[in-house]
Amino acid sequence: MKLNTLFLGLCGASALAFAAHAETITIATVNNGDMVRMQKLTDDFTTKNPDIQLEWVTLEENVLRERVTTDIATKGGQYDVMTIGTYEVPIWAKQQWLLPLDNLGADYDAADIIPAIAGGLSADGKLYAAPFYGESSFVMYRKDLMEKAGLTMPDAPTWDFIADAARKMTDRAAEINGICLRGKAGWGENMAFLTAMSNSFGARWFDEKWQPQFDQPEWKKTLQFYVDLMKDAGPSGASSNGFNENLALFQQGKCGMWIDATVAASFVSNPKDSTVADKVGYALAPDTGLGKRGNWLWAWSLGIPAGTQKAEAAQKFVAWATGKGYLDLVASKEGWANVPPGTRTSLYNNPEYQKAAPFAKMTLDSINSADPTKPTVKPVPYVGVQFVAIPEFQGLGTTVGQLFSAALAGQSSVDDALAAAQTASVREMTRAGYIK
Amino acid sequence: MARAVSTRRKIGFTVAAWVVAMLIFFPILYTIITSFKSETEAIAGFSLIPSGTLESYAEVQAQSNYFKFFLNSVIIAVGSTILALVVAVPAAWSMAFSPTKRTKDILMWMLSTKMMPAVAVLVPIYLIFRDTHLLDTRIGLTVMLMLINLPIVVWMLYTYFREIPGEILEAARMDGATLWGEIVYVLTPMAVPGIASTMLLNIILAWNEAFWTIRLTTTNAAPLTAFIASFSSPQGLFWAKLSAASTLAIAPILIMGWFSQRQLVRGLTFGAVK
Amino acid sequence: MATRQTSTLARFMMAPSVILLFIWMIVPLAMTLWFSFQNYNLLNPGNVSFAGLFNYKFFYTDPAFFQSIWNTLVLVVGVLLITVIGGIALALLLDQPMFGQGIVRILVISPFFVMPPVAALVWKNMIMHPGYGVFADIAKFFGAQPVDWFAQYPLFSIIIIVAWQWLPFATLILLTALQSLDGEQKEAAEMDGAGFVSRFIYLTVPHISRAVTVVILIQTIFLLGVYAEILVTTNGGPGYASTNLPFLIYRTALLGYDVGGASAGGIIAVILANIVAFFLMRAVGKNLDK
Repeated sequence: MKLNTLFLGLCGASALAFAAHAETITIATVNNGDMVRMQKLTDDFTTKNPDIQLEWVTLEENVLRERVTTDIATKGGQYDVMTIGTYEVPIWAKQQWLLPLDNLGADYDAADIIPAIAGGLSADGKLYAAPFYGESSFVMYRKDLMEKAGLTMPDAPTWDFIADAARKMTDRAAEINGICLRGKAGWGENMAFLTAMSNSFGARWFDEKWQPQFDQPEWKKTLQFYVDLMKDAGPSGASSNGFNENLALFQQGKCGMWIDATVAASFVSNPKDSTVADKVGYALAPDTGLGKRGNWLWAWSLGIPAGTQKAEAAQKFVAWATGKGYLDLVASKEGWANVPPGTRTSLYNNPEYQKAAPFAKMTLDSINSADPTKPTVKPVPYVGVQFVAIPEFQGLGTTVGQLFSAALAGQSSVDDALAAAQTASVREMTRAGYIK
Repeated sequence: MARAVSTRRKIGFTVAAWVVAMLIFFPILYTIITSFKSETEAIAGFSLIPSGTLESYAEVQAQSNYFKFFLNSVIIAVGSTILALVVAVPAAWSMAFSPTKRTKDILMWMLSTKMMPAVAVLVPIYLIFRDTHLLDTRIGLTVMLMLINLPIVVWMLYTYFREIPGEILEAARMDGATLWGEIVYVLTPMAVPGIASTMLLNIILAWNEAFWTIRLTTTNAAPLTAFIASFSSPQGLFWAKLSAASTLAIAPILIMGWFSQRQLVRGLTFGAVK
Repeated sequence: MATRQTSTLARFMMAPSVILLFIWMIVPLAMTLWFSFQNYNLLNPGNVSFAGLFNYKFFYTDPAFFQSIWNTLVLVVGVLLITVIGGIALALLLDQPMFGQGIVRILVISPFFVMPPVAALVWKNMIMHPGYGVFADIAKFFGAQPVDWFAQYPLFSIIIIVAWQWLPFATLILLTALQSLDGEQKEAAEMDGAGFVSRFIYLTVPHISRAVTVVILIQTIFLLGVYAEILVTTNGGPGYASTNLPFLIYRTALLGYDVGGASAGGIIAVILANIVAFFLMRAVGKNLDK
């Protein structure tokens, strides 16, 4: 009898599932390690939601951005969930291209999301994309080389200290460069770093009237400092180095310091990949005492395009992937060190995570010290720490990045690069109608 | 005596050719070697001896289903090539055998349709594909690639067909062959090698097309170029994985080229009948 | 005579490809022209208005515009020089008797099978990188300072990568042309005591001139549109040293999402490409009539 009921129940359930007609949602995502791991763990989601099937489109960051932007702007309707960053969310939300995420379930606990991250993903107090993982940037340094140079890294260094240390650590004969920084042209490459750095020097992209500020002394100081430092203590070929190139240099022990994304910490501290895994220390990104640090803020997040027919299923998926349960799932399957970082305060209060990730506290402090809604010392009309959240920024940022990489390569002077950047910015901003 | 000299010459040419060939092939060879390394080995500096691990291949397959992408690549590349040939063979034929004053202009104009930079027309094309519901369909992509490569196909065929001597045609006509007979029994056998090599070349071009195949597909029609795009990462060093994915993407076309290179090269020697 | 019948048939046979290509050309061209007169940013679709010729003026006055045209030409000519000269040399070599000819041939043409973005990645990371590329390893082995390719010779580095990809194509076409050279003619020339050089000049060159023309024409069309390799390696930098016209359009279209500006750039590119094609046809086109 009992068995019979169970059997009937099973039949009913399966019939129901059949009747509900499994819905397929298409998810566009970037091919970072954490996202790839999520793909492998989707069984957990589909078992809980047998009526939803998942199709994945995994692409390299730049191609992904092109694809999803073209699709959402032309209302192509190819995706139900899109992985987007803190740059896209404010722009898209303004166009009402994204569904506000107000139906993520009772146990989602949106208040647990780190406030700095949530701030960058919200508009008018509504969350438009749920953070999957968040990152800032900080200093990674070689403890052994620092000691050899007779210095001690403070938790919150100044740029002067960093420059001094970099020059002292440099040993060209031993192929050790004091500092490795991004130099490859691009709005998400050298400009991500330089814009964040300029914030700590008191510079800004635009004043309140959208007038470009590259003719101001703060920018001159920033770029001169960067070019001089890289000339004295940077690696050869710096003007084509991005994240990957610097990562490889650091892992092979060729950098004394490296200022870049906090996610790099899990690579350089992993003895499987890194020859210097046990010698890495972490510190906050440097400042110049003006109240802002040179670190950025980024969160790869899941958003739902407003045109989708499958909003409910999509929301279920977003809630699953960015919820607390997912963190526990990853921890149980792959260990705490592999949990996607930087989204939830509760994770950083978890002693097990603190034990597994020695860089946890520094990551959280870095994230908390960046404020996308108030990124600079002087007031600005825009949102974004290492970018300006306007549609024109990707193109303009890349142009300026090209000019600055020429200064780094020694092909133009700092003054010429800044003057050209100013001209290009005025031109672009006038055309887009910001400067009346 | 003469024989010894020619053997020595042959050895000399062999050495020279192998050295040059290995230099040209080296980047590919190194990619293949790297695909059998672990990620740590891959960035550890120059080495031609991999540890032989297959972990990169396993990871690549775990992340994306290679065969789905492979199948799409085959369908799109072969489909667009066949379509292009169907349209281009008659055109090239008539241009080669009944040329008019305008033939060269038309040829040049055809080539000029390829001059519009693809990035500049992405939005218009995307809108057309959206409205005709061709986004992420194999048929849409097949037609697209056919149109892109059609000028090249016409050109190649035209140059090959021109090598076929006209006297043969006249002789056949004297013998009272009809136009149809002329085409089927006289010209086609002579044209097959040219068509074959054009076909191979076009399959390669279609296989490697990496702009539209990524921009116009999502899941159903995504070919190997999209597969590659999911492994080149600006954040994280995955050269072994990227190399494995690249090797997988190159391998089929390399193997096809290997088997067909004799046709590809010898196929065009029919000009010698002149 | 069958002339009338033949010519009618000829038109009929040409019609499908001409019509298809005409549609394929005219529809995107018309749309691009239309967009080029609009203020239209993809990320701000609510704000579309008539722009007149402003997009053209804006594109033309871009600080990188003239250098990008120059770079485009340098890239095309550079790659053509390397591939045509290298292709002839390789074709001559591969035409000689040797052991393992088939394998050598497939090795030489294999770069053609590699997708452009992959080729650029491989060259950038594994071959040319000043820190851990193969070139740097070789330089260090000889005690020299590794060359920082993409910073010191950005455009030249890209030319090398692109030439590597297209060399097989040139070699293949030229090899087939060489092989169609009549063996008897060659032997007769050899009997007459003609040396290698004079045989090459009087026999080989005239024979392969049409093939060279085809190589130049087809490659030029592809080379005028190169940008993926630049995107992967230098992003157009340092400065505008490796920015070519397609990259400039890419920056406008897919970074700025400025559809109007990119369309204007596309139209300008088409006009310039046609000018190049016109001169090219005057220079080498007569070879096609032979």
